[in-house]
Amino acid sequence: MSALLSPRLLRSLLPPLSLAALLIAIFWLQPRTMSYFGLNLLLNLAVPIALATIAQMFILCVNELDLSLGGFVSLVACVTATWVHDTPLLGFAALVGLIAVYAALGALIHLRNLPSIVVTLGMSFVWLGLAVLVLPTPGGKAPEYIRSLMTLKPFFVPMPIIASVLIAGLVHLFLMRSALGTVLRGAGGNAKSLERAGWSILRIKMTMFALAGFFGVLSGMALVGLTTSADANIALRYTLLSIAGVILGGGEFVGGRVSPIGAVIGAVTLALAGSFLSFLRLNPDWQIGAQGAILIIVLALRVLISRTEAKA
Amino acid sequence: MSALAKFGKQPWLWAWVGAIAVWAATAAYTGGTGSGQVMSAALTFGAFFVIVALGQMFVITLGPGNVDLSVPACMTLAGTVAMKSMDGSGAMLPLGLLLALAIGLSVGAINYSLIRLLRIPPIIATLSSSFIYQSAAIWWNRGLRVKPPTELAEFTTAKIAGIPVIALCVVVLAAIGHVVLTRTLYGRGVIAIGQNPRAAHLAGVKVERIRAATYMLSATLAGLCGYLLAGFSGGAALNMGEEYLLSSIAVVVIGGTSVAGGYANVPGLWGAALFLFLLVTMLNTMGAGAGVRLVLTGLIIIGVIVAASGGKRTT
Repeated sequence: MSALLSPRLLRSLLPPLSLAALLIAIFWLQPRTMSYFGLNLLLNLAVPIALATIAQMFILCVNELDLSLGGFVSLVACVTATWVHDTPLLGFAALVGLIAVYAALGALIHLRNLPSIVVTLGMSFVWLGLAVLVLPTPGGKAPEYIRSLMTLKPFFVPMPIIASVLIAGLVHLFLMRSALGTVLRGAGGNAKSLERAGWSILRIKMTMFALAGFFGVLSGMALVGLTTSADANIALRYTLLSIAGVILGGGEFVGGRVSPIGAVIGAVTLALAGSFLSFLRLNPDWQIGAQGAILIIVLALRVLISRTEAKA
Repeated sequence: MSALAKFGKQPWLWAWVGAIAVWAATAAYTGGTGSGQVMSAALTFGAFFVIVALGQMFVITLGPGNVDLSVPACMTLAGTVAMKSMDGSGAMLPLGLLLALAIGLSVGAINYSLIRLLRIPPIIATLSSSFIYQSAAIWWNRGLRVKPPTELAEFTTAKIAGIPVIALCVVVLAAIGHVVLTRTLYGRGVIAIGQNPRAAHLAGVKVERIRAATYMLSATLAGLCGYLLAGFSGGAALNMGEEYLLSSIAVVVIGGTSVAGGYANVPGLWGAALFLFLLVTMLNTMGAGAGVRLVLTGLIIIGVIVAASGGKRTT
């Protein structure tokens, strides 16, 4: 096989290629989407999903899994639509407090050597309960500045594309290119050797969980900016979407092998899959199922590539 | 070690202590009125929890990363297909049951082939396939709510001397599960794989065969639960499995089974199922709103995990 198309390269190209294939299919089915306005509509809801996926990626990077992310994003959305709108100071203090709780969760999981799946499972009840307490019935109002930021119409390139590129680029620079990012990722690869080198795994886990909390907060705020109001169940599906997004983007469950750019691409692909299926005029009953099928197909392709990688 | 001290170390003990404490607290709050009905309801709902949790327990015991997330979708699919094909006729009852079990079995087989062929973590495999099962259920169901045969409805709500029949049946099922886990080659194999898959393989345990059987068992039990639950609640609904995803995992873990795999026990399942149901009932009786109830449920699950991990076994 030529050096141009090594399995390794193919593997890293798989996420963008899947996205491109999906986009081309959408343009072909519905040429009107190939415009500023069309792309804006298509990609709007991808921004909060991308942010949530980045949050999940930080957790996966240290070999943990967050099953409470959807509940957390819902809670942030509820807090943003009520407290941040009415009493900004209290609202932002609450959001900072939530990030601190995430860091504390990281510490608890590390210190007591607890399975993150179960702890975050418990937390998903807590977040949902708090969200119901903050906003018992759907409603609230997005703060004006978040609303206008999310509906900004910059010249030539639609806002969601700029936002996605910015998110992917910044997180990539931080996690993949900076010295600190390398150490943080190392905790997922080989925690023992990092510890022997003098780094505190506790602090690394707390940092990663705090980062996840931070991006979870951004996701909730972005979501409210788009929907203008919130309810306690608004983002529950984000838990599964975010995990699927990281995996679609080439991330692994263990070993600190993640990719921020891939994660954003994965999230956008998942968000677009819904639109693609409705353009196909697929029986709406099968829409969720087709999303599952897309996920399975991409994973199957990855296995095929890995096999050639192993042979080569 | 004295017998009493050994008893105190049983991993399932805390779930039962919790269940009894919560029940006593509820009874004390209401002055004893209705505590019989509460127990009877707890036994019925607990039975449904235990059916799915039994399968989930075997899966979780296989080791880290093994979890069956397709339980709710499988329940829904089995429930809808069985109810629709029986169409309320009592004569079709056994056929419906067979259909529900067969659907569970095939769901388990598909789940396992995805895990094996695509070499993806079970969480992602069962998650993505569950989307497909859910869609199949929606497509089959068409939003209708077919009434279950009256015989099935009667069976799921029948009582002998105040004790729900279904609870008695599930006690027998759990006892069988206990024997399978502790006394058969299969059960010992599951535990061995959970403790160290490589060592188990070298010791001659058929690792992949046992993993396949475990995922099929879990999905078949989910199918059975979907069938019974649809009979109990007057028809299959598309969201009937929803709460069983988190509950099935919570019941297994609170019951003293190790999430890291390799250590399991069946008596804890019943204790934990009763505990979870009684806890919600207690909070309801005390007039707590939905929000407070959820927050407390979550905090208690975490509290139990933190307490249960108290030092002795590091994984």
